[in-house]
Amino acid sequence: MYTKKVLVLGEAREGALRNVSFEAIAAAKTVSGGGEVVGVLFGDAVQSLGSEMITYGADRVLTVEHPHLKHYTSDGFGQAFMAVYEQEKPDAIVFGHTSQGKDLSPKIASKLASGLISDVTAIEGEGDDAIFIRPIYSGKAFEKVKNKEGLLFISIRPNNIAPLAKDESRSGDVSSVSVDITNLRSVISEVVRKSTEGVDLSEAKVVVAGGRGVKSAEGFAPLEELAKLLGGAVGASRGACDADYCDYSLQIGQTGKVVTPDLYIAAGISGAIQHMAGMSNSKVIVAINKDPEANIFKVADYGIVGDLFEVIPMMIEEIKKIKTN
Amino acid sequence: MNIYALVKRTFDTEEKIAVSNGKIVDDGAEFIINPYDEYAIEEAIQVRDANGGEVTVITIGDEEAEKQLRTALAMGADKAVLINTEDDLDEMDEFTVAKIIAEYLKDKDADLILAGNVAIDGGSGQVGPRVAELLGINYVTTITNLEIDGTSVKIVRDVEGDSETIETSLPLLVTAQQGLNEPRYPSLPGIMKAKKKPLEELELDDLDIDEDDVEAKTETIEIYLPPQKAAGRVLEGDIADQVKELVELLNKEAKVL
Ligand SMILES: Cc1cc2nc3c(=O)[nH]c(=O)nc-3n(C[C@H](O)[C@H](O)[C@H](O)COP(=O)(O)OP(=O)(O)OC[C@H]3O[C@@H](n4cnc5c(N)ncnc54)[C@H](O)[C@@H]3O)c2cc1C
Ligand SMILES: Cc1cc2nc3c(=O)[nH]c(=O)nc-3n(C[C@H](O)[C@H](O)[C@H](O)COP(=O)(O)OP(=O)(O)OC[C@H]3O[C@@H](n4cnc5c(N)ncnc54)[C@H](O)[C@@H]3O)c2cc1C
Repeated sequence: MYTKKVLVLGEAREGALRNVSFEAIAAAKTVSGGGEVVGVLFGDAVQSLGSEMITYGADRVLTVEHPHLKHYTSDGFGQAFMAVYEQEKPDAIVFGHTSQGKDLSPKIASKLASGLISDVTAIEGEGDDAIFIRPIYSGKAFEKVKNKEGLLFISIRPNNIAPLAKDESRSGDVSSVSVDITNLRSVISEVVRKSTEGVDLSEAKVVVAGGRGVKSAEGFAPLEELAKLLGGAVGASRGACDADYCDYSLQIGQTGKVVTPDLYIAAGISGAIQHMAGMSNSKVIVAINKDPEANIFKVADYGIVGDLFEVIPMMIEEIKKIKTN
Repeated sequence: MNIYALVKRTFDTEEKIAVSNGKIVDDGAEFIINPYDEYAIEEAIQVRDANGGEVTVITIGDEEAEKQLRTALAMGADKAVLINTEDDLDEMDEFTVAKIIAEYLKDKDADLILAGNVAIDGGSGQVGPRVAELLGINYVTTITNLEIDGTSVKIVRDVEGDSETIETSLPLLVTAQQGLNEPRYPSLPGIMKAKKKPLEELELDDLDIDEDDVEAKTETIEIYLPPQKAAGRVLEGDIADQVKELVELLNKEAKVL
């Protein structure tokens, strides 16, 4: 089997690498078949993050630092990536299927006239024989896809491929590449942070989701408290978003985010097919609903038939008890 | 303004998915316009109404997709184009679809192209940005607001829950995120009018595309359903006891706390 050189685009957020970057390194290792994994980082100050990619399995890291790379733009990051690509001529590329990865990967694939296997949740086999599994129909089915020939390019869904164990003893070169970033056609004039507490919904290990049963924007407060206690994020059904209890960015489902946390708590959500498409692949599902006939109980590992405004505060108390023990 | 909306025909979101002989069973299924593409069509119509011009909806598919194009015309689009690949291509991937769309659009001088940010069936989210790159124009994905003033464009886009304001200019391709607008339902007069609006049907030959140039780069080797999740346990007893038991189970059995 011939080994591959794989470029992995890492992603920093508020000065720290996102977990999906380490997962992407693990995917790259599998794809490389024993070849070389080269981490890539772009930003205005990312040099210091390079060594962390190495401890998670990258063999070496290339960084491009430029004031125009402080914020992601497809032109800026596209130019930086193409410069690194030309220098390295990799056999394969791995991105995270994040907002940034979704925006940039098709542009790069188009420039390179390559295929692109998006939103990969698992890899079977390795090296040349690797086969990629990805959800279709919003998780109602799955497909196995392989690259026909030429450059292999995949993006991986956060929270699905386990990162390698961190190994502080690993060492590798972190060097910078200088790239002229010019002619950005999009200018970002404002960024408004709406997401709560910095835990990204698609990467969260715990999601506490509320539906129309939450009854008001204020009704989300106990859910937020529970999410915070568990280090998780708050999500919602479209019912709750349509009723203006929360922002559409929290919507989970076929026309919202698809999440696969370790723990999904659905409160006051009936379990419409469109909602289930976005969460039914979560590892453990808890449903809290007044209606014993609610569909959501069909996918729940554990269910409580009851009033969420009674149950959630009690859960918070119980969890606090075990956290303090 | 010369406005194009990219429209994909897809399964109704209510449909359960069944697989037979490694293929998705589509007999008897209801089909709709990909929900995100409805936002794209609605926005295209609003931009036209504010700035003048014409909205053309394009789809790649087979004859069945005519129905979704007629719906888009009934909403208010002016013209429709169906690029029928049924006789020419057995296998398609995102590369194929984007390349065909870009070949069609390359000499059309589009000012604005709108697409969905993702198709709820294929789910790759690739087609919009790929088309823009092939045409050499800028793109902005997952937009929730669009303002056009001459050739200046101001956009709000959703970035994993945060929102980013972007200034750019035409020509441009954007992909729609939920929240962009409220797609209208076709009105009865709209439906009547749509029957007479032009719907052009093209094949690869008409676009001077050689099948080899659009050959898929990836290959689907298997389609399967996820394992059925067995229904779990609905707890019983006093609510306080249920909560205690639940937290205990999450902690000890599921080990997720
Ligand atoms: C094209 C299309 C796309 C869609 N995409 C999505 C999507 O991406 N995501 C999505 O979620 N939906 C989507 N939907 C909508 C979906 O069909 C449902 O309408 C929606 O999921 C319902 O939201 P809900 O469960 O919060 O509300 P409801 O169905 O109204 O359920 C509310 C539940 O709360 C329970 N309840 C009420 N009070 C309490 C209480 N005090 N304690 C406990 N339980 C209580 C009730 O018993 C009920 O089961 C889509 C629909 C269409 C047509
Ligand atoms: C006729 C036909 C035959 C196919 N055959 C195969 C096959 O043999 N093997 C296989 O693996 N897949 C096949 N596909 C699926 C095809 O690979 C994907 O549908 C295509 O690559 C688009 O990817 P996506 O669904 O992820 O769309 P996304 O990239 O997620 O779509 C984003 C947006 O791009 C636009 N768009 C996407 N597709 C179209 C389209 N067809 N027409 C107009 N606009 C569009 C829409 O605005 C959409 O919202 C076929 C699709 C069609 C239409």
